[in-house]
Amino acid sequence: MTVTSPATVLPHDGTDAVARPIIAVENRILGLPASAWPKILAPIAIGILALGFWEWAVWYHRIPHFVLPGPVLIGQTLVADWWTLSGSLWITLRITFAALMAAVIVGVALAIVFTQSKWLELSLFPYAVVLQVTPVVAIAPLIIIWTDNNVALSLLICAWIVAFFPILSNTIMGLNSADHNLRNLFELYGATRWQTLRYLRLPASLPYFLSGLKISAGLSLIGAVVAEFVAGAGGAGSGLAYRILESGYQLRIPRMFAALIMISVTGILLFLAATWVSHLFLRKWHESAVKREN
Amino acid sequence: MNIAVAEKQVTSGTRPLVTIRGVSKLFSNGTLAVRDVHLDLRGGEFVSLLGPSGCGKSTLLRMIAGLGEPTEGVIDWPTMTHDAQGRPERDLGFVFQDPTLMPWATTLANVMLPLTLKRVPPHEAEERAAVKLGLVGLKGFEKSYPRELSGGMKMRVSIARALVTQPKVLLMDEPFAALDEITRHKLNDDLLRLWAEAGFTAVFVTHSVFESVYLSQRIVVMAARPGRVMADFAVDAPYPRDDLFRTSAEYAHLCRVASQKLKEAIES
Repeated sequence: MTVTSPATVLPHDGTDAVARPIIAVENRILGLPASAWPKILAPIAIGILALGFWEWAVWYHRIPHFVLPGPVLIGQTLVADWWTLSGSLWITLRITFAALMAAVIVGVALAIVFTQSKWLELSLFPYAVVLQVTPVVAIAPLIIIWTDNNVALSLLICAWIVAFFPILSNTIMGLNSADHNLRNLFELYGATRWQTLRYLRLPASLPYFLSGLKISAGLSLIGAVVAEFVAGAGGAGSGLAYRILESGYQLRIPRMFAALIMISVTGILLFLAATWVSHLFLRKWHESAVKREN
Repeated sequence: MNIAVAEKQVTSGTRPLVTIRGVSKLFSNGTLAVRDVHLDLRGGEFVSLLGPSGCGKSTLLRMIAGLGEPTEGVIDWPTMTHDAQGRPERDLGFVFQDPTLMPWATTLANVMLPLTLKRVPPHEAEERAAVKLGLVGLKGFEKSYPRELSGGMKMRVSIARALVTQPKVLLMDEPFAALDEITRHKLNDDLLRLWAEAGFTAVFVTHSVFESVYLSQRIVVMAARPGRVMADFAVDAPYPRDDLFRTSAEYAHLCRVASQKLKEAIES
C-alpha cells in the first residue's frame, strides 16, 4: 500500500485532525507489499507440485503422447513450435485487443447515451440484452456470411458481442450511482449536462466501468477463440483456436496442449493487466484499493 | 436586535436579501412538509431554523437554495437580477448534512469545484480555493483525498467549498450533527469567525437549542406535521461569542428561553 497522507504537521488546536483514518502501511519486499507474496508464491508452489505429479504419473503409467503428454514434452513442443504458435497467438491477440477496444468504446458511449435519455435506454437496452444472451456460436455463421467471408472482421464482431455487455451494464450502473447530494450541488451551481457528466458522473462510474473491464478483458479472448472455432479459417492468418483444431486432426496432442497453455496464460495476463489498470485509477481514493488498520 | 446586527445591515440597506412569502411544499406522497411560511432574510444576519426532525426545516432550506420548487408561495431575492422567466439569480453556498465531497478528487479540487463549474480559469480557481482552505484551518491538506480526513476536517472542506464563490448567503443543513461535541464547538467558533470576517447571511438548520443560541442572532422555531413557523425571536447577546459566553449565565438563560419556545411549538 502506498501512503498518500501528506507529511503535514498536525494542528493542535482542538480539531479532530488526529482522528483521521489510519491507512495501513506495509513493509515491501522486492518492491511488492509483504502481503502480496503469499498470493504469488502459494499458487506457484501448488503448480509446481501438480506438474511434478503429472510428469510422474505419465511416466509411471506409460501413458502415450497422443492421449496425455507430460509437461516436459509440452514445454519442448512449445519451444520447438514457437514460431508457428507465436504467429497464431499474435493473430488471436490482435482480435482480442481490437474487440476489447471496440467493447470499451461502444459500451461506454452507449452507456452515456442511455443515461442521458431515459427513452433511449428503455427502448434499446433490451436489444443489448438480446445480443448478450444469444450464444455467439449460434450467430457466428450468420456473421461470417454477412461479412462476406472477411474472417478477421467476423471474428472481431463475435468477440465484441461477447465482450461489450459487461462494460455497458456496469457503466450504466456507475453513471447512475453518483451521490444524490453531489448531484444537487451541481444543480445548485447551474452545472451543464456536460459538466455534470465530466466532473461527476464519469468519475463516479469509474470503479464500475473498471470492474466491467476486468470481465470483458477475459471475455474478449474467449470470444476471439470461440469465434475462430466456428469460422475455422486455416492458412497463414489463423489464430490459436485453429492451431488447436489442426493439432487435434493430426493427433499432435503435445502441440494442442501448448496452444491451450498459450491461451490460458494470455487470459491470465489480460486479467492481471486489467486489475493493474484498475488499481492505477482507484488506488488514491476508492475503498476497494485501501487497507485500513482498525 | 443589537448593535452588531445594525452595523451588518448597513451594507445591504433595508431591503431583505431573501423573501419567503406563503410558501408551502406538498410532496407527491401526500406529506405536507412545509405550510404557509413567511420569512425575510436580511443581509448579514445569522438565522437558525430550529425544530424537531420532520418539521420541514431542511425542505425549506433546500427550497431557498432552489432545490425543489415550492408548491405554493414565492421565494424571491429582491436585490438580485431576474432572468426572462422571472426567476431570481441566487448567490449562495450550501453545506449538506454529510460533507458530500467527491471521493476521487483532492481536497483542493473539491473546494475548486464551484469555480470550475463557473468556468473560472484553473489557476485563479486554485489560488482562491487554497486561500479558503487556509481559512478553515486545512492548509497543508490540499493534496489529501477525503478518505484521509476525519469527519470534522471533511466538514471544513465542505464549508470552504461553500464559501469559495464568496456567496451572499450560506445555507447549512445540520452540518455538525454527526460530529463529536468538542469538534462541534470548535467548528461553531470557526463558523462565527468566518461569518464575522466575510459578512454573509447564514441560515443554519439545527435541532440543537444550544447550538442555535450560541450561533445565531435570530432563531426561527418550527413545528412538525405540517412543518410551520411557530416563533421567530432575536438572541440578544453581543459577538464575539466564545467559551466565556458558552459558560455564562446569560447563555444558560437564553437557552432556557429558546427551549421553552421549542417546547411550546412541539406541544401545540
